[in-house]
Amino acid sequence: MDLEMLWYLVPSVIMFCAGVFGFITRKNTIALLLSLELMLNAADLNFVVFNRYLFPGSMEGMVFTLFAIAIAAAETAIAIAIIINIYRAVGNSDITSAQKMKF
Amino acid sequence: MDYSQFGAMLPELIILGLFVIVLCADVFTKDGSAKRFLTPMTTVLFLLATVAIWLIPSSGEEVFGGMYVDSQACKAMKAILNVGAFIVLLQAAEWVESDDMKFRRGEFYELLLATLFGMYLMISARHFLLFIIGLECASLPLAAMVAFNKKHYESHEAAIKYILTAVFSSAILLMGLSFVYAFSGGSLYFNDIAASIAGTEINGLLIAAVAFVIAGIGFKLSLVPFHLWTADVYQGAPTAITAYLSVISKGAAAFAFFVIFAQVFGSLYSEVWEWMMYAVIIATITVGNLFAMRQKNMKRFMAFSSVSQAGYIMLGVMTEQALGLGSMMFYIFVYIVSNLAAFAVISSIENKTGKVSMDDYDGLHKSNPRLSFVMTLAMFSLAGIPPFAGFFSKILIFTSVTASDSMALYMLVLVALINTIISLYYYLLVVKAIWINPGEAKVERFESNRCDRVALVLCTLGIVFFGLVPYIYEYCLDAARLLN
Repeated sequence: MDLEMLWYLVPSVIMFCAGVFGFITRKNTIALLLSLELMLNAADLNFVVFNRYLFPGSMEGMVFTLFAIAIAAAETAIAIAIIINIYRAVGNSDITSAQKMKF
Repeated sequence: MDYSQFGAMLPELIILGLFVIVLCADVFTKDGSAKRFLTPMTTVLFLLATVAIWLIPSSGEEVFGGMYVDSQACKAMKAILNVGAFIVLLQAAEWVESDDMKFRRGEFYELLLATLFGMYLMISARHFLLFIIGLECASLPLAAMVAFNKKHYESHEAAIKYILTAVFSSAILLMGLSFVYAFSGGSLYFNDIAASIAGTEINGLLIAAVAFVIAGIGFKLSLVPFHLWTADVYQGAPTAITAYLSVISKGAAAFAFFVIFAQVFGSLYSEVWEWMMYAVIIATITVGNLFAMRQKNMKRFMAFSSVSQAGYIMLGVMTEQALGLGSMMFYIFVYIVSNLAAFAVISSIENKTGKVSMDDYDGLHKSNPRLSFVMTLAMFSLAGIPPFAGFFSKILIFTSVTASDSMALYMLVLVALINTIISLYYYLLVVKAIWINPGEAKVERFESNRCDRVALVLCTLGIVFFGLVPYIYEYCLDAARLLN
């Protein structure tokens, strides 16, 4: 493998792990969304890097990334709308306040 | 570009056309009329669309460079899902007609059609870009639908849980796909990736990629390590949406899962994902069953029952292609009618009295004998008691798994069989509450409305005849032979 490619892949893996860690540990729903965004961007970065270094002749990874970014924006929009609903209902945006239904 | 290629996408175009019609009707009529015409109009148009999708033949061709395939199997699956969605629309009619929904009637139908469009794309996709777009188009509007009961706090809580897990799972799926892309030789077409993977050695990254893809789609299917959102979302969402989530979106995801694992990762079956799916299926069936036993709320009960049914559906993945896909499609069809029959009873009781607890079903046969009868049939069918359809779907999927004569798969079927007996216990709890538990009926006598009755009759016919009429199974099996 190209050593230069690793310089891009390692940050992407770190971003992904940071996202998973944040998703599990954070309390605020906005922070959860940020963590999810980190994970999605890590995947996008992977696509671009693989495309650039492994398959420089084609563009599929880049095009995929463009679509993935648009989809991530849509996801964020819906999540924010739902978070606003929760905020109106309980007065804060902590995920710990949304635990009426359990087991 | 050759625009005649769109002609192969007829099912999608029909749903899209319906979406545009409902949207225009919704936008260009005054609020004063409260848009009462929307419900009958959409239901009738959707019925026509369902008939049209059953009747139009599939051309069997690949269009857009092979991104989209219009094969008999895909068309049959779409037709099956369309029948299910039609029954869901009938069940939803009463809820949609309530005053709560006065100004939002159109939105419900628009969102439902949008998700159905996404599922169709997902079923026919033979390229990962189209697949992802279909998957997201199917799962994002569903989050808005889960949050539809604005005045109920549970609805919001369910929605936040659903959207966060949905995005988390699609992030994992995208990460997995990016690893797959590294092995793909620069193309995201299913065929190209399969050809390229078949030539590579198995290494850690490839195994991680397959595991990530299983996890990503497993979230949508609520397979067991990834099922934690299911019960909460099913409980909080409006009942019609719960019904939709539990059958339609699960059916589409199961079909897409099968296509991806048969076509893209087919060559890795014995080395990489046989044991993964083996463990996941056993965990799914068992954990779903064990948790279903202790549920008192009917919607949570149905949620865990659907987790365990998803495990049975996934048995189809473990076997030879055409046979497995055919029995899987048949299982999904039977599961659609059985589950929707149960949900039709639950939702009509909830709409009239607001009761969803299993204790409220005590003595139901005294006040509502017909509803009790349908509920009993649905439970028998879900548990797999002959001569109802659920028995035949279980038999067919078990025989298809044992067809390959491997000891490990025989053990898998044995575990599934033992779990069928466990599931009998909790399905019969409902039957016991209805027919045997002493005391007066807690739900007073009521007349369900016309749409509910049609839905109940359709489901009952399905439960009784799908098993006895071999035509349905042969149709599924014939269609499954023409996957490409």
